[in-house]
Amino acid sequence: MNLELTDEQSFLREAAREALSRVKTVAAARDALEDPTARPDLWPVAREAGWSGLLVSEQAGGAALSAFDAMLVMIEAGRVLAGVELLGHLPASSLLDAGGDERTAAVAEGELRACFVAAAPPSDVHESWTVEPPAGSVRRPAPVLAGDGTLSGSIAWVADVPGADLFVVACTQAGDGAPAAVVVDSGEARVRSAVRYDATRALGHVTFDGAACTVVEGVAGAQLARAWYLAQALLAAESLGAVETALSMSVAYAKERFTFGRAIGSYQAVKHSLVEVLRLRENTYSLLLYAGWAYEDKPDEFALAASAARSSAGRALDYASRAMISVHGGIGATWEHDAPLFFRRAQLSRRLLGGAGDATDRVAGELLGAVRGATTTGAEEA
Amino acid sequence: MDLNDTPEQARYRAQVRAWLDEHKAGAPAEQDDDDPAYIDARRAWQDRLAAAGLAGVTWPVELGGQGLGPIEHVIVGQEIARAKVPGILDVIGVGMLGPTIIAHGSEEQKSRYLGPMLHGDEVWCQLFSEPAAGSDLAAVQARAVVQDDGSWRLSGQKVWTTNAHFAAFGLLLARTDPDVPKHKGLTMFIVPMDAEGVTIRGLRQISGEAEFNEVFFDDVRLEPGAVVGGVGNGWATALTTLMFERLTIGLGSDGLGYRPERYAAAIASDEHARTDPEVRRRLGELCVELLAVKFAGYRMLSALQQGQIPGPEAGLAKVTTVRAAIAAGDLIADVLGPDALAEESEWAYMISFLPGLKSAGGTEEILRNTIGERVLGLPPEPRLDKGIPFSELRAKERAGASPR
Repeated sequence: MNLELTDEQSFLREAAREALSRVKTVAAARDALEDPTARPDLWPVAREAGWSGLLVSEQAGGAALSAFDAMLVMIEAGRVLAGVELLGHLPASSLLDAGGDERTAAVAEGELRACFVAAAPPSDVHESWTVEPPAGSVRRPAPVLAGDGTLSGSIAWVADVPGADLFVVACTQAGDGAPAAVVVDSGEARVRSAVRYDATRALGHVTFDGAACTVVEGVAGAQLARAWYLAQALLAAESLGAVETALSMSVAYAKERFTFGRAIGSYQAVKHSLVEVLRLRENTYSLLLYAGWAYEDKPDEFALAASAARSSAGRALDYASRAMISVHGGIGATWEHDAPLFFRRAQLSRRLLGGAGDATDRVAGELLGAVRGATTTGAEEA
Repeated sequence: MDLNDTPEQARYRAQVRAWLDEHKAGAPAEQDDDDPAYIDARRAWQDRLAAAGLAGVTWPVELGGQGLGPIEHVIVGQEIARAKVPGILDVIGVGMLGPTIIAHGSEEQKSRYLGPMLHGDEVWCQLFSEPAAGSDLAAVQARAVVQDDGSWRLSGQKVWTTNAHFAAFGLLLARTDPDVPKHKGLTMFIVPMDAEGVTIRGLRQISGEAEFNEVFFDDVRLEPGAVVGGVGNGWATALTTLMFERLTIGLGSDGLGYRPERYAAAIASDEHARTDPEVRRRLGELCVELLAVKFAGYRMLSALQQGQIPGPEAGLAKVTTVRAAIAAGDLIADVLGPDALAEESEWAYMISFLPGLKSAGGTEEILRNTIGERVLGLPPEPRLDKGIPFSELRAKERAGASPR
């Protein structure tokens, strides 16, 4: 057992930190709230660093790195609120590669930016594949691949969808309802940008109305579910990066700000709250390790591990960003301060891709299902 | 990053599993009560485990151990759990007190005490906490006074002492010099529990069971050779024990029995609860925390293998475990109703046990102070006891406590 980062992983992390430091992403996060054009295009950075092909096999021109390596890059992006469109691109690239799609090499190189239009897989209590609704809590059925080979359906709040060159869409086939992955060129889709609250994230609604598409061969429900949970783990990693920054800034301020003749970090109320952030951060990192390991070696546990990481990360970032505002006092709630930007990141991130609450529910579902499975098996043996 | 066994570890695991498969029929069935016959059976089982090399895995070979690493220790623990047999009886001795003696004890002490400890012939207990010294352990008042012949006379009281009622020896932290600041005047001793003047009394808890004891010392005579780690060096010696305590807990978190599957199983059979969103949310949240602790344990193990010593942040695992288990007890009682609180129910026992566990090994609040200061580097609490001789401190406390 060795859970320390390898030299290559440390290098990947340092290189990511260095590459992202060349753009003032946190300041841009504020500016973009008032001027959407201020959102920097970080895709060239991703291409240059080779992140676009991170999960693609070597024969298809990728780096064939692990899911955990991708999470390390996401942590660095989250640390500086960088809106790199990897959340959509990486699961999409991995599905294209699995299906041996001819565009995989261009996607790996980053010449084509892909976006995974995800659907939530069935759980122990929900039978169907569903996607985000534009409003409300009732989820919609996944898009449908008709018998004539066209795709129809609409999906709301898709991360990284505006500006993508092609979409890898999770859908179900008309008739038997079997899940499938299809590729749609951006020209075949109607995309409406819908930025909300956190201007660092390219977010949008996408509609397919009899869109021409090609089926990604060999990709079935298991791979689509795996891509969904990979997206959960990547979002969790990105949130963890934001927690790291929130914690270090809060700790630094708690050391230098004095009240009643003492640094505020010496008060138990402040100290315990910051240790709670540390506790949630440690929990989340441990669960990312679990997710990374399960992705490669324990596929049966990946849904559990990734959902747990997502749930933990959502809670950690919510708590950390609120603590960041509290520790900084009134100044933490001002427009000029960075704390509100991390708070905005927390609030939107927790509602994407099914929401952190759905991830928590899936943790329960996976465990309840496993227990029932074990009981059933036991009964059969008896 | 790799969580899988290396080929050597897989071989070791297979060897441990084969031994357990062959011998598990001879293991005593696990039970909660501790009547003398059961304790004897557990001691005999520890002896067999030790003889097979499944106790003291990380102890040096020349002291009867296997000289292996923390990973092998964990493999043994996992395989014992898998075989559904009890582990060693004296976890505190072999996991914490033995390693303290190995680190600080004299050659005579090592050769006299470690073998019988490892084999369960002599069970040990930890005599650190006192009624007025828990999280603030350096405030111990048990007093040992040196005699002209070099022997010591010990008086005072210890509390929360697990296994004292069947222990042969205890490792005891006492004050030997009250006229220096409190961390400096302490010394560690080995105390025979059958010595004249030692009184052991069971301490009943919320559950009604007495898992701990109070131990009273009334002018107990200790040999000159009873000192471990040098006179006045008791604090450093105690810190070694506490570090091994963190390790024992951290590497055994699965073994505490607070496992997500166990709680899910309690709910899975209730068809309504199983699909109730609120029940699922609560179950999901607490299981997320327990899964995190499980992998935090692997992180600790990995760090140990790289030769790093876990810092105070390892204590967060205990905080998380206890909080999650409390939430689990609460949820299960909500689902099962008052039957979960029946005296013989495993859940009633857990629900009763956990509030006290929150303070075991130091309260959550003090732990958060320590982690905030040592890990995050936050400024310390203002301390009123720094640099003040212990006797003066006590005089101030008494004056403060008395009515004006």
